[in-house]
Amino acid sequence: MSQPAQHPADPRTEAMRLLARSLPEELSGPLQSHWPRLETRTIRAPETGLVMLRGRMGGDGAPFNLGEATVSRAVIELSTGERGYGQLLGRNRDHAALAATVEALNQRQTDRPDVERLILAPIRRRLTAEAQRQRAETAATKVDFFTLVRAEG
Amino acid sequence: MYVAVKGGERAIANAHRLLDHERRGDRAVPELSPTQIDEQLALAVDRVMSEGSLYDRGLAALAIKQARGDLIEAIFLVRAYRTTLPRFGYSNPVDTGRMAIRRRISATYKDLPGGQVLGPTFDYTHRLIDFALAAEREVAEPLTAPVGPDTETPRVTDMIANDDLIERNLKTDETKPVGDLTRDPLAFPADRDLRLQNLARGDEGFLLALGYSTQRGYGRNHPFVGEIRMGEVEIELEIPELGLTASLGAVTLTECQMVNQFKGSLTEPARFTRGYGLSFGHCERRAMSMALVDRALRAKEFGEERKGPAQDEEFVLSHSDNVQSTGFVEHLKLPHYVDFQAELALLRQMRSEFEARQASSHPEAAE
Repeated sequence: MSQPAQHPADPRTEAMRLLARSLPEELSGPLQSHWPRLETRTIRAPETGLVMLRGRMGGDGAPFNLGEATVSRAVIELSTGERGYGQLLGRNRDHAALAATVEALNQRQTDRPDVERLILAPIRRRLTAEAQRQRAETAATKVDFFTLVRAEG
Repeated sequence: MYVAVKGGERAIANAHRLLDHERRGDRAVPELSPTQIDEQLALAVDRVMSEGSLYDRGLAALAIKQARGDLIEAIFLVRAYRTTLPRFGYSNPVDTGRMAIRRRISATYKDLPGGQVLGPTFDYTHRLIDFALAAEREVAEPLTAPVGPDTETPRVTDMIANDDLIERNLKTDETKPVGDLTRDPLAFPADRDLRLQNLARGDEGFLLALGYSTQRGYGRNHPFVGEIRMGEVEIELEIPELGLTASLGAVTLTECQMVNQFKGSLTEPARFTRGYGLSFGHCERRAMSMALVDRALRAKEFGEERKGPAQDEEFVLSHSDNVQSTGFVEHLKLPHYVDFQAELALLRQMRSEFEARQASSHPEAAE
């Protein structure tokens, strides 16, 4: 089994996880301002298709097919040979190509610190803040049970 | 005899133009955007995604707009759209145990590790029309509460399973093919993987009625809601050329674990049995109904007498799909002129034979 993406040991899968949750402008903005003359080649043209999502019977039993989701993906290569893979839920093919481009840049040693600082770290900060806000809002609806004094009779 | 009939093109084109006009409604009223539908009619979007069997909020919202709010029509549009796309593959099975929980309740245990959180729910509202909603107004921000360090939220059924009081889900051979209704037509008897896939995209009203029928005695199975949880789960896809698993993002799911009465045998002690419901989005009623019907359809597995409609696999699975159902019901309004002419001719012949018989048995009446 591959390492699950939620607790990734591998920085590449962690970067993919963040890119799959990015907003398109979180990628296009830094790409335009910091890498304006990036030379890339399309290895797999951006395309939209379906992935069948699976569940498990009872949550932890045998798998079954729950239903599909739209997914867009692309593979982009830098002029220096690094190949980036972009794949994310939804129908935004341009977004998948942006994710693939950033994923390729993230493999180039000289660019990795800038990718982290300008792209991945801001996405991570936003996701953390959103998750914290959601958990705090949910926590406010937690039920505090208390037992009433029971009358003996 | 087959008679081809042409005509009506202009009527059809004009009817569709009139439909566009009616869909838009009064031009003085601002037009609804799919984003507004997604944000403010989110549960309709959830239902269309579930029964359209395609997780894509924007697409479902657009379909609802196009269908003028007719959800079955919207589901039909989504199903038609999916046929235009290639299949990239199958995700790894989602792990609902690691859901980012936004709602979690149990009717069987008061004190759960991780606690019970109500989340955004209609439960305990008074179901009084809120006339204040008719006007635009400021909505208060939700309250927040301190969150402890990451607390585990084990599935309630796993807790009962630790005491060996509930049936365990069989760990199966993960290389065993998983049935897929979108690839192979449904055949009977259907295994539980196919049944769950069918129910997951089944019509909510149909599932609800069948689930209700099991409670009223048509396939009694005495359920408790072990747990309902709603929140976001990670979707992962293997990328074979890289040999790694990539996250595609997260989707919202609702899961219902129904705990039902016991089954034991000479060799096995009695244990609770279970029914399972899983749905796209926040669809609690549908997940609960699915779990009831899933359990009812396991009758054969537990050696139970099958006497209720919800226990009849062929009946349930053949009639759960509202796109199939509406297709066959609504086709009746298409021209059947030739079929009807044939039946008319048959009826006239029967009538003339009947009259001839009447005339011969009562000759005086003919005088």
